[in-house]
Amino acid sequence: MEQTEARTVPLALELKGITKTFGTIRANYNVDLDLKHGEILALLGENGSGKTTLMNMVAGIYYPDDGQIFVDGEEVVIRSPKDAFDHKIGMIHQHFKLVDLFSAAENVVLGVKDGTKYNIKEVNERVREIADRYGFNIDPKEKIHEMSVSQKQTVEILKVLYRGADILILDEPTAVLTPQETSKLFAVLRKMKEHGKSIIIITHKLHEVLSISDRVAVLRKGEYIGTVNTSESTESSLTEMMVGKKVSLSIDRSEPVNTVERLVVKGLSGVNEEGLKVLDDVSFSAFGGEILGIAGIAGSGQRELLEAIAGIYSPEAGEILYNDPKDGARVNLRKKTPLQIRELGVRLSFVPEDRLGMGLVGSMDITDNVMLRSYRSGFVLLNRNDPKKLAEEIVRDLEVATPSLKTPVRRLSGGNVQKVLVGREIASAPSLLMAAYPVRGLDINSSYAIYNLLNEQKERGVAVIFVGEDLDVLLALCDRILVINSGRVTGILDGRKATKEEVGFLMTKSDRVGDAETKGGAA
Amino acid sequence: MKIIEFLLSALAIGVTFLYGSTGEIITEKAGHLNLGIPGIMGIGAACGCAALSVMIPAGADPLLPAWLIVIIALLATLIGGALMGLLYSFLAVTLRSNQNVTGLAMTIFGTGLTKYIFNALEKKDASYLRALPFFRFPFNNTSSALQYCGILVFIGIGVAIAASLILTRTRVGLHLRAVGESPATADAAGINVTRYKYIATIIGSAIAAVGGLFYVMDYQGSKEAYLSVEAMGWLSVALVIFSLWRPYLSIIGSFVFGAMFILGSYLPSFGVIIEPTIIKMLPYVVTIIVLIITSIRNRRENQPPASLGVSYFREDR
Repeated sequence: MEQTEARTVPLALELKGITKTFGTIRANYNVDLDLKHGEILALLGENGSGKTTLMNMVAGIYYPDDGQIFVDGEEVVIRSPKDAFDHKIGMIHQHFKLVDLFSAAENVVLGVKDGTKYNIKEVNERVREIADRYGFNIDPKEKIHEMSVSQKQTVEILKVLYRGADILILDEPTAVLTPQETSKLFAVLRKMKEHGKSIIIITHKLHEVLSISDRVAVLRKGEYIGTVNTSESTESSLTEMMVGKKVSLSIDRSEPVNTVERLVVKGLSGVNEEGLKVLDDVSFSAFGGEILGIAGIAGSGQRELLEAIAGIYSPEAGEILYNDPKDGARVNLRKKTPLQIRELGVRLSFVPEDRLGMGLVGSMDITDNVMLRSYRSGFVLLNRNDPKKLAEEIVRDLEVATPSLKTPVRRLSGGNVQKVLVGREIASAPSLLMAAYPVRGLDINSSYAIYNLLNEQKERGVAVIFVGEDLDVLLALCDRILVINSGRVTGILDGRKATKEEVGFLMTKSDRVGDAETKGGAA
Repeated sequence: MKIIEFLLSALAIGVTFLYGSTGEIITEKAGHLNLGIPGIMGIGAACGCAALSVMIPAGADPLLPAWLIVIIALLATLIGGALMGLLYSFLAVTLRSNQNVTGLAMTIFGTGLTKYIFNALEKKDASYLRALPFFRFPFNNTSSALQYCGILVFIGIGVAIAASLILTRTRVGLHLRAVGESPATADAAGINVTRYKYIATIIGSAIAAVGGLFYVMDYQGSKEAYLSVEAMGWLSVALVIFSLWRPYLSIIGSFVFGAMFILGSYLPSFGVIIEPTIIKMLPYVVTIIVLIITSIRNRRENQPPASLGVSYFREDR
């Protein structure tokens, strides 16, 4: 057998029929993928399309339910990151795993058991050697906590190279980088390719795919769509592969009536903790009696935008004007505290990835969680009666499945937790309701319950802002869709007329200045 | 020469704290705040003295040669401390109980058991005290403060230096520090986090336990010594903060602590009259001052291990 195959060069990595499910959610289904020696393969897909899960199975974080993995033509079993390293596969995760207090070299050598005596000076030398070979600009002795994000990423890459990896997987490496840093990273990746390394880069940014990769593999909703040569693709052909055809959902959408301008955002700009720009000159209006959808790749500035309106995040520039429905007065929300903004009738319910991370206290019951929004009323002793009534209402109206009002929230299922979270905000009769990812992880029925809630609010004349992940839902629910891309508004579309491709394209396209220089190596 | 007496006594009493803090530093470097140290030091003393009273029956000659008696007593102390460390690890690492609560429970349990054991030993004429000269070797025949500087003083300083070298210069030390700083990172790098936590806590507890034996069998050398072991334990925990989690600094720190601890009883002979109990507060006051200074300067290198006190469990996969 070996004699017949010896003449053809085997693939660096081949996946066949990989399937992985988490509970009832199917993250990957029957996925095939192949990676040639010395190529850069882009793995493209929307949020939640299963890119990271798939690669985690190659890196030994997860173990597939079904399917086979071949390295250099031989079937392998990868059960841990160590197994992956033994097959010379290394993955650079989105969230860096580094010890802040250690130097770059100490992090690189951590956990390496090569049988040699530990000598930090030799490690420093070897790290410097690798860095020089691939053109990294890094001091092995520098401590991680003194480094920039891009330097930390470099250390992660060095870690993988130090362990002798020939196949490198990078999970959205550019998400945390500035355009200049991205160009530098791409130069390094090309150099690694010249040295014969095979690279998979996970991304949802089309311009990056086009500038760095040799081939593109596309995943959609956990399934493998296909692989194409980058030189034969365009942004629009890739978008189409990525988002697919429109799925029609039967969400009732009434025509907006008596719309009044409720919120005007003008020229909002701001940076995050790392100093990267997260909001860039964002301007739009939201009207009472309509649902404004916000579409965008995760981390495009949605969170900061909503938090700026709620007064939690302070932007650097711009205006947030609110037309108070009580007296028609126009107020600047940037001058108000979060509490004052709440009192004006602005409500934010943000469902984070871990659901309990924001807004609810897991060990407290529903009544107490409802009370977190009203504990200021009452003198000396808390008024528990009103919150209790409200909690009963939420449980009844939203059909929250709970043994009793006294059950700690963390014992409820995800859908029910979210109903409490959203219900609490709606119950306070807001005039501007912001719901971010309210259906995250919910089953169909619960999702529809939430959509109906939002629609009800809209019909009551509330200005609803809905941040969603699923384009089909955004297109079926929202009256207008604002598309945000790297902190900038790339378009405001009519929810009834827009197509999925249009939205997908606006979400991923890029016309940044810095990209021109990175396009060189696409050939 | 009162001043030399004073310095020698400070060195000796300081070694009690040195054992305790070296053990606690090793444990804390693995991310575990073991507040059971006072109890563990008590148990260490109790186990060692119990072994001694078996080897030296009341009213009879010792059954074994002096050096063997010392080694066996030390082993008993180490085993006692290690068992306490094992219990703590089982609770705080495997069952992931709250570290503060677990540690305090260990102290309460350890102190109680210590008192019980010493009570029993007293009924057998406290014969363990006859081993005192063995522990004060080679200065067992001197009458000055030099007599306290027995063999365990040198071992204690040696252990602290060894711990310092292991933590900073070896792969094992690097891995241990990684576990205490960021267990998730260590785990991802293929380091067995649970094993490191267990071993560090057990070794740390065993080392701390020797401090208790030293205090009772060398420095104090009296029937009542066991009553004050707990206080020595708390000072050891304070010394960890004072020495910024560095074993080599805790060698100097233990001497400073020792000096402040006994200063009160030496002041009258230097011609100063202050209530000694007030002086005994000094180590705690200085620890608070050190905490304030390091918090204000806020240098990452001087902070406790980042995951200290936090239970680690792998994210659900």
